[in-house]
Amino acid sequence: MHPAPSIIVFTTLSGLGFGLMVWLGVAPPTKTPWVMAFFACLAMGLASAGLMSSLLHLGHPERAWKALSQWRSSWLSREGVAAVVTLAVFAAYAGLWVLTGARSPALGALAAALALVTILCTAMIYTQLRTVPRWHDPLTPLVFLAYALAGGALLNGAMDALPWLLAALAGLQAAAWARGDGAFARAGSTAETATGLGAMGRVRLLEPPHTGRNYLLTEMVYKVGRKHARKLRIIAFTLAIALPLILTLAVSVGHALAGLLVLSHLTGTLIARWLFFAEAEHVVGLYYGAHRDSLAG
Amino acid sequence: MTSLPKTTDASLGLVIDLDTCVGCHACVVSCKEWNTGAYGAPLADADPYGADPVGSFLNRIHSFEITPETGPAQVVHFPKSCLHCADAPCVTVCPTGASYKRQEDGIVLVNEADCIGCGLCAWACPYGAREMDPVEKVMKKCTLCVDRIYNDNIPEEDRLPSCVRTCPAGARHFGDLSDPDSDVSRLVADRGGLDLMPELGTAPVNKYLPPRPKDRAGAPAPLPAETTEGADGFFGWLDRTLDRL
Amino acid sequence: MVQPKLDLSPPVADEIRQTTCYMCACRCGINVHMRDGAVKYIEGNRDHPVNRGVLCAKGSAGIMNHLSPARLRAPLKRTGPRGSGEFTEITWEEALQTAADWLAPVRETAPEKLAFFTGRDQSQSFTGWWAQQFGTPNYAAHGGFCSVNMAAGGIYTLGGAFWEFGAPDWERTRLFLLFGVAEDHDSNPIKMGLGRLKARGAKIIAINPVRTGYNAIADEWLGITPGTDGLFILALIHVLLKSGKIDLDYLSRFTNAPVLLDADGLFARDDQGRELVWDRATDTARPFDTPGLKPALHGDFDGRTPVFQRLAEKYLDAQYAPEAVADRCGIPAATIRRIAAELAEAAFDHPIEIAQPWTDFRGERHDSFTGRPVSAHAMRGISAHSNGFQTARALHLLQLILGAVETPGGFRFKPPYPKPVSAHPRPHGLATPGKPLDGPHLGYPRGPEDLLLHDDGTPRRIDKAFTWEAPLSAHGLMHMVIANAHAGDPYPIDVLFLYMANMAWNSSMGTARVIEMLTDTDDSGAYKIPHIIYSDAYSSEMVAYADLILPDTTYLERHDCISLLDRPICEPDAVADAIRWPVVEPERPGHEGVQGFQTTLIQLGVKLGLPGMVDAEGAPVFADYADYMINHQRRPGIGPLAGFRGNGSEAGRGAPNPGQIDAYIENGGFWLAHVPEEARFMKPANMAYQTWAAEMGFYVSDAPEPYLFQLYAEPLRRFQRAAQGHGDIQPPDHLRERLAETMDPLPIWYPPFEETRIDTDSFPLHAITQRPAAMYHSWGSQNAWLRQIHGVNPLFVPGAIWEAQGFEEGDWATLTSPHGSITVPVVRMDALNAHTVWTWNAIGKRRGAWALEPDAPEATKGFLLNHLIHELLPERGDGRRWANSDPITGQAAWYDLRVRIEKAPPQAAARPDLGTQISPVGTGPAELRFGSRWS
Ligand SMILES: Nc1nc2c(c(=O)[nH]1)N[C@H]1C(S)=C(S)[C@@H](COP(=O)(O)OP(=O)(O)OC[C@H]3O[C@@H](n4cnc5c(=O)[nH]c(N)nc54)[C@H](O)[C@@H]3O)O[C@H]1N2
Ligand SMILES: Nc1nc2c(c(=O)[nH]1)N[C@H]1C(S)=C(S)[C@@H](COP(=O)(O)OP(=O)(O)OC[C@H]3O[C@@H](n4cnc5c(=O)[nH]c(N)nc54)[C@H](O)[C@@H]3O)O[C@H]1N2
Ligand code: SF4
Ligand code: SF4
Ligand code: SF4
Ligand code: SF4
Ligand code: SF4
Ligand SMILES: [Mo]
Repeated sequence: MHPAPSIIVFTTLSGLGFGLMVWLGVAPPTKTPWVMAFFACLAMGLASAGLMSSLLHLGHPERAWKALSQWRSSWLSREGVAAVVTLAVFAAYAGLWVLTGARSPALGALAAALALVTILCTAMIYTQLRTVPRWHDPLTPLVFLAYALAGGALLNGAMDALPWLLAALAGLQAAAWARGDGAFARAGSTAETATGLGAMGRVRLLEPPHTGRNYLLTEMVYKVGRKHARKLRIIAFTLAIALPLILTLAVSVGHALAGLLVLSHLTGTLIARWLFFAEAEHVVGLYYGAHRDSLAG
Repeated sequence: MTSLPKTTDASLGLVIDLDTCVGCHACVVSCKEWNTGAYGAPLADADPYGADPVGSFLNRIHSFEITPETGPAQVVHFPKSCLHCADAPCVTVCPTGASYKRQEDGIVLVNEADCIGCGLCAWACPYGAREMDPVEKVMKKCTLCVDRIYNDNIPEEDRLPSCVRTCPAGARHFGDLSDPDSDVSRLVADRGGLDLMPELGTAPVNKYLPPRPKDRAGAPAPLPAETTEGADGFFGWLDRTLDRL
Repeated sequence: MVQPKLDLSPPVADEIRQTTCYMCACRCGINVHMRDGAVKYIEGNRDHPVNRGVLCAKGSAGIMNHLSPARLRAPLKRTGPRGSGEFTEITWEEALQTAADWLAPVRETAPEKLAFFTGRDQSQSFTGWWAQQFGTPNYAAHGGFCSVNMAAGGIYTLGGAFWEFGAPDWERTRLFLLFGVAEDHDSNPIKMGLGRLKARGAKIIAINPVRTGYNAIADEWLGITPGTDGLFILALIHVLLKSGKIDLDYLSRFTNAPVLLDADGLFARDDQGRELVWDRATDTARPFDTPGLKPALHGDFDGRTPVFQRLAEKYLDAQYAPEAVADRCGIPAATIRRIAAELAEAAFDHPIEIAQPWTDFRGERHDSFTGRPVSAHAMRGISAHSNGFQTARALHLLQLILGAVETPGGFRFKPPYPKPVSAHPRPHGLATPGKPLDGPHLGYPRGPEDLLLHDDGTPRRIDKAFTWEAPLSAHGLMHMVIANAHAGDPYPIDVLFLYMANMAWNSSMGTARVIEMLTDTDDSGAYKIPHIIYSDAYSSEMVAYADLILPDTTYLERHDCISLLDRPICEPDAVADAIRWPVVEPERPGHEGVQGFQTTLIQLGVKLGLPGMVDAEGAPVFADYADYMINHQRRPGIGPLAGFRGNGSEAGRGAPNPGQIDAYIENGGFWLAHVPEEARFMKPANMAYQTWAAEMGFYVSDAPEPYLFQLYAEPLRRFQRAAQGHGDIQPPDHLRERLAETMDPLPIWYPPFEETRIDTDSFPLHAITQRPAAMYHSWGSQNAWLRQIHGVNPLFVPGAIWEAQGFEEGDWATLTSPHGSITVPVVRMDALNAHTVWTWNAIGKRRGAWALEPDAPEATKGFLLNHLIHELLPERGDGRRWANSDPITGQAAWYDLRVRIEKAPPQAAARPDLGTQISPVGTGPAELRFGSRWS
């Protein structure tokens, strides 16, 4: 799928933002309310920036509010609603605490829970799509959660939990990559099922319906070289997971180093998210002669 | 509501005969010509006279080559437009309710006034039946010519989708696939109509009739070997036959 | 949220205007939906005989040609060098005066110095008449490089041909053979017909190196090696003769099988010139039209033998056995034998009887028509070879021995055909300064005496039509005009006047060379072809190379006449013709404007004072083309339009009717009258048809013209005898051998010429093109919708070669012929003859043409196969210019091309690069939202 910058930024930042909210909800920094205010603003800033960039991806942002109406059936709608409610509850929780000095653990827990729900909704937008076998897998929401919680922990300075979360993220991301590589072949959609012509023999695209581009080719039939993707996976894994994990274990992390780790983790996550889209193969590509190597296994 | 109707009063759709389609693109252009400036915003074309023309079309023709176990390779021309699925994932994913399936006839439409151009419905559609208009930035798809098939301003016999009326080979059939006695239903039964990507459970309404077997030698009685050996044998036969005329 | 309220009955059109499509030459009837005075939507006219309501992709995209940014807007005068595209817009008055100033002196001194050639020969009876009145012998439409082999092969054999002359009996045929057809002129009718065959369960066999379109849906595909169809057909004939599966009764009565041949191989005739047959009943020679004949088909009768004996002896020879031809055709011998058996079974085991009594020209009464339900259709896959004429005749011979011509289930002719050669004019080429030509340019020679040669044997025509190089070139040789004019062989010309033919691009063989010839100057610096006048509607490549542009309207903005004098829109059961009329007025705001070319030609004729266009006082006879369509009479009572004549109800013949065009408009843009029931089959022999046709004015003689199908073509024998040294008009020596071999009166096969003059090991592959259904020659790329379907063309390479040379997706290749090489993108195809590469025709464009951006894919990656083709055969060291054409008709042998292929490194653009031209109309808008005013 086309790795649109706005979508990559949106999912990464909103993940971090809501991940941080989870931590701030259940294990906030207790030094002074002002530290909390800073982190709360950071969390809400990240989440809002994510939502804003998702608006960039829309054809008609001026009607975006309509996206809240179909929460009964649409994960995108649910994500919108969840995000708005979470931001509201979290703002109340953080505002109450900063203004009155009294922290309400219940409100914090509620905000944290809602943040988790929002992250899940975001992930489900992709997981629900049977048309993209690599995404249509239980690991997808887990990976989204892991990135969010690990990122949040890093931002929140929860150094004791961080290694565990990074380790979990390492396992989940590796598993997702491994299962993802075979997903298209396993899903069972082929040029034969897409055309119904399998009974006649092996089906191959002879001539596309148009010699130029169109929306489908631009949006859903994106090709990234296997070798290139492998290299990016290593870089992403190192920056997002390995480096932060090793450093947090090996050495006590001061503010300067923490900033470096956040930067490293953020960069790694953006690359991983780029790969999440670039490596994703949509079944519509079968009509355009794509995915032959995936199917060849 | 972007939830799907349990059942619809009718299931209107197309039946495409892959044994007859010659891949002439007539339906593609006739569809664009009818729908631009009719249902919803015009079907725009970006950079139409330049290096990278991109226009929205609701129906396109792919050409596939099939290599059988034995015998020469074959070519099948493959029209593709929205299948108006009974269990349409493109409807349930829509966050604004713009994408909906009509209760009366099962046609899946986009109400462009509610469409925010998020593209998720196109992601959800396995068949590439939806295209974002390059200029209007709303989602475009086959409307089954809902503004023709009931239109009082059109003569009765012409209340057909534009693509069905224009297909020179007669490879496109239109009707109610929920009515077992309709022409299209009988055609599907007779010719073993197929669903596309049945494994994805979208329950498409449109059906495809597979090509009839090709390159099968007819089985006439073999010609009598050498009744007319050489020229003179031939003329002997000729005389005998002529006398009988 | 409840479903939105939909308006299920929105307004469709303020008014529907019915006219004739012109996005190709198939002439379908269209309904043009008008909204607020503008064209909103075009659909097929359900009542029209040609298309019955359907349209093709081009027809539906007509709006985008009608609104094309490439439309010309004013007469243009060239200011920069030829090919630059630099013009200034001038007034019509200046344009017409300029043309007249160039043409008047030519007419007064040497009319032949004007070469007037047209592309789309839709109004050939008008443009031909204009050229005749001007007096130049140098006129033709483009049939010469299009499909004259099909037309001439058919007319010299059956009195009609494939193309628009006839059609398979779609409703009754059981087995249909399709030879070398990708689209054909009859493109919608063929698609509709194939749909009917599928619905009826008839079998379709496609004989074509490429398995796409019609050939993809055929029940059986024979991937024949290009240029060998004649061998395949003659092998079928061999097997059918050997097994006695032929319709002897049909052959005896309705073909010249029984006609006696004298020692010279000419027909024995009585004193009234009627061919003689041997009547077994009376054991005497009798004229062929004697009632109650029992004609002999073999035997020696006072030194004369029936045609059929020669035919049988020829095709029973072992050289035509399936085993002898299989390898060369690329079709297994067993398959050839089996298909012959299927032909026999369909024809003889499933005859069709139509209980309609009729009387033949012998006065014998038949109580029914007997049908042999086998039909065939063929087009340039057969005709575009140097052996195409004889192959077309071979196919017609196959139809005749099965008795499947003009019988139910067979191939049926559309009025005004069938017509024997004797009912056609002979060619005329006598130019007299200041005077009209001595008769119509084009015709059907009966023998050497009809050739257009000066007394010293040199050609009268610039294209050398009707000379020993192309004796039966019934449609002229347009593809030789520029080359011959440039070479001054046979003579130089002064004015080249072209209409609707992109001769500087895809209509010419060896495009780069033709461009050189158009721009070549003599030592005084003047162009070798001094003046070029061109009429186009759009900014094509040819526009850039002309000196004076007379801009035409689009097909929705002018009157046109689809006349019985040209190639009408009849059906086997109905005579019909049609018009176009200005559905919208031609507006080019801010510019001088455009007008219908035929009207321009009339105005030019008036300026030149051409007889028939000005009266005694020099006043115009016709105000415009509409006036001509109504009032011109080619013969008393016979005008361009056959319907609504006289008081409005007379058909075929009648006085001019001022309200005729309005009557056509009222009737949907066409007129139709049914062929009488009794006259519908066996037209050449059916007196009901012959008398009806004579009344309708189909024959110049205005009398019935019954005739026999010509298995044996006597005119060919006359030319063959001349080549063998007989008669007072004989060919030059260097042509004797070729003419003696190829002018065989019975169909033969010979290898395409190009491959006999080159080393086929270094050019092992055949290279051909196909028409894309969604594009029409070069005028499709200006169409915003169509160019998204075909914006660039790949070269399709057979799977075996693809793998052998290690090609991969996205690769490029260099294709080399004896005349040049091109470097182009390649794709793989397996459903393709293993020795053939092909591409779509005419997609590549010159930078700057067609109002496209300079970096448009058509001008960068698109290409023309034309660069590899030469209008002359490879040199033979005899210093002569041998045309790369059929030796009998001069048809351009496009598909004889031989090439080799090598992998090439990736390219930014296809090669060769033929430069850039400035566009006199700029480039198109950056965005289109057609219909926005109504949505
Ligand atoms: N390689 C290869 N080359 C081929 C062929 C092939 O099969 N392979 N086919 C050959 C054959 S059979 C043919 S017929 C020729 C192409 O046949 P042509 O009829 O010469 O087609 P074009 O070359 O496109 O030229 C037509 C010109 O007419 C102009 N035109 C279109 N509409 C109008 C109108 O309404 N009025 C006027 N005045 N002009 C108009 C177009 O802009 C264009 O410039 O191509 C030949 N060339
Ligand atoms: N859409 C569309 N329709 C058109 C045109 C167009 O440009 N576009 N052009 C019109 C004109 S001007 C013409 S002349 C007609 C031409 O109509 P067609 O003759 O149908 O057009 P071509 O593309 O020349 O097709 C030649 C076919 O013969 C096959 N072929 C080539 N060599 C051989 C051979 O040796 N043997 C056999 N059996 N087959 C062979 C080719 O693969 C191809 O399928 O089409 C007319 N109709
Ligand atoms: S119009 Fe008919 S024959 Fe042509 S591509 Fe469409 S479905 Fe196929
Ligand atoms: S074909 Fe695609 S767009 Fe049409 S109903 Fe099915 S899922 Fe939706
Ligand atoms: S693009 Fe429009 S119709 Fe499609 S899901 Fe988004 S809002 Fe709904
Ligand atoms: S039914 Fe109508 S909208 Fe759908 S493909 Fe056909 S013409 Fe287009
Ligand atoms: S075949 Fe197509 S382009 Fe040609 S006249 Fe008919 S509708 Fe027009
Ligand atoms: Mo042609």
